[in-house]
Amino acid sequence: MKKTLTTTALGLLAALGATAAMADIKIGASVSATGPAAFLGDPEAKTLEMLVEETNAAGGINGEKVVLVLYDDGGDPNKARTFATRLVEDDEVVAIVGGTTTGTSMSILSVTEDAEVPFVSLAGAIDIIQPVKPFTFKTPHTDRMACQKIFEDMQKRGFTKVGLISGTDGFGASMQAQCKDVVSDYGIEIVADETYDPKDSDMTAQLTKIRNAEGIQAVLNPGFGQGPSIVTRNYKQLGIELPFYQSHGVASAGFIELAGVEAAEGVRLPGNALLIPELLADGDVQKPIVTAYKAAYEAKTGQPVGTFGGYAHDGWHLVTDAIKRAGSAEPQAIRDALEATSGLAGTTGIYSMSAEDHLGLDLSAFRMLEIRDGKWALVE
Amino acid sequence: MSELLQFLFSGVTVGAVYALVALGFTIIYNASDVVNFAQGEFVMLGGMITWFAHAAGLPLPLAALSAIVVTAALGVAMNKLMIEPARGAPVVSLIIITIGASIFIQGGTQLIFDKQIHSFPAFSGDAPIRVGGATILPQSLWVIGGALVVFLGLWVFFTRTLLGRAVLATSNNRLAAQLVGINTNFVMTLSFALSAGIGALAGVLATPITLVAYNVGIGFALKGFAGAMLGGMGNPKGALVGGFAIGLIEAMTAGYLSSQYKDAAAFIVILAVLFFLPHGLFGRKSTDRV
Repeated sequence: MKKTLTTTALGLLAALGATAAMADIKIGASVSATGPAAFLGDPEAKTLEMLVEETNAAGGINGEKVVLVLYDDGGDPNKARTFATRLVEDDEVVAIVGGTTTGTSMSILSVTEDAEVPFVSLAGAIDIIQPVKPFTFKTPHTDRMACQKIFEDMQKRGFTKVGLISGTDGFGASMQAQCKDVVSDYGIEIVADETYDPKDSDMTAQLTKIRNAEGIQAVLNPGFGQGPSIVTRNYKQLGIELPFYQSHGVASAGFIELAGVEAAEGVRLPGNALLIPELLADGDVQKPIVTAYKAAYEAKTGQPVGTFGGYAHDGWHLVTDAIKRAGSAEPQAIRDALEATSGLAGTTGIYSMSAEDHLGLDLSAFRMLEIRDGKWALVE
Repeated sequence: MSELLQFLFSGVTVGAVYALVALGFTIIYNASDVVNFAQGEFVMLGGMITWFAHAAGLPLPLAALSAIVVTAALGVAMNKLMIEPARGAPVVSLIIITIGASIFIQGGTQLIFDKQIHSFPAFSGDAPIRVGGATILPQSLWVIGGALVVFLGLWVFFTRTLLGRAVLATSNNRLAAQLVGINTNFVMTLSFALSAGIGALAGVLATPITLVAYNVGIGFALKGFAGAMLGGMGNPKGALVGGFAIGLIEAMTAGYLSSQYKDAAAFIVILAVLFFLPHGLFGRKSTDRV
């Protein structure tokens, strides 16, 4: 008799456990933790893993435990599509965060739009959210905004003739096009437009050509990966005195280290709050968030935080915040709550979404930084 | 004038890197007719291991030496574990095996080390040397010097030493080489060790200029391969000239025409040369007897 009781009790417990597991909130993610975009996807994966623990340690969302289903698509859009389908159909997640590159994001959104599951992308291209798709959102600011921020600064300094040296990779080419598109709004003319292959090891030829362009006053380098570090070194090697701008693509401590403190001196770039927690004013709403994320991430992984992990941080908080406000973990309710996000401070900026704007950041999310003595300094 | 000189310096810097990689191709090719597509990974390993050892506290020369030794050992392992068991397979299969090895090494590197971009200090500082209004980095001179030394070494090896001739004999006819008493297994092992070592040396010398990450190998291999093809596969002189030629064409196109056409110009020249000289500038005519 006693034995049957225990068995029944155990069975009951198991059944209870199962139902509890069923009721968990499942959030899916497909990021490129390996492959060519690994240096973006790896910190994103680590951030998501860290945040799900953090959320559960704090009691979950609305008292319910959160489960993260994380896949590594290796930067391959086809794999990303397969994983997105699996997340939606087999894992039955209520929302997806991920899509490290523009390519994988486009794959994922084609699945999530059909399945009507909200998706927060971590990739840069404006095409992801323009035209607005009902279930697709994204966290990183666009390259167009980076161009605008840089040209705004150039305009303030009175420059009217600038040179471009861009990488031919997706990031460099897209930003080059966006910059050329918005440059006339700022009364600036591009007098030299050169490119380099991301695998090139010397750009002095291009820079010499740019330097000799008539009336040139400043140079901008839209690029990503090792290219900009080499361009910066070559810039110094040639002794070019013109003010030099880099893009948000290299906004990390690693860039200063690779380019060398001496070569990076005086370089300006649009970065976000995560780079400079200690420089933020005390009243800044982003300050506690970036400080906490930086401390937690660095303690857990032993690696410095970067902008890209920050995108995943913001994606996670956008989704969990939306579930909290919606009071429900139904995809449709989460979508509506995401679109109503207002004044949510993340590491990248302060998000306020609307039916027309599924990014929710403006130019103030960028802070113009200058490298001085190997450290970031705010340009005001 | 200073402009031309600057383009020249740029071309020579890049060309020296290509030439060093191209030289690495020649030994294995000479021993077995196999184009080793993992050659770029040896270059990458040279850079990555040096960075790692240097970051772990080893002085730079020692770190560089350990990188070359470890990479050479990996080259031997690659021969023993991948190429030797497939002996008798057609050359094409062996080439595909080297592509597999390349993917394997890349995967292993990102697991063992990491996925970030790295560098280590230049050997003689970063202060550019000024010549006639143009500048060149001291590290470029190291790479150029390295390419020349490796070229001389290989040239002496293949034309003046018994062992070098044994390598050539092995490639010409493995059975005949065995019959005259050449240990062809040893020749293969040696050629992989040497190729890997030269690759690693290229990585050690070039990293302060080009930077290194687990995925830079393919880019090196492609440009080095193009250089070796242009000059004539298997000929050290061809590798040297081919590598420098591609670097110079790229720099001149970027400087005088447009950087957009830089890669295209290099490949058009390669196509044109191979069209008229199918064995490259210095390639040996194949003398297959039926």
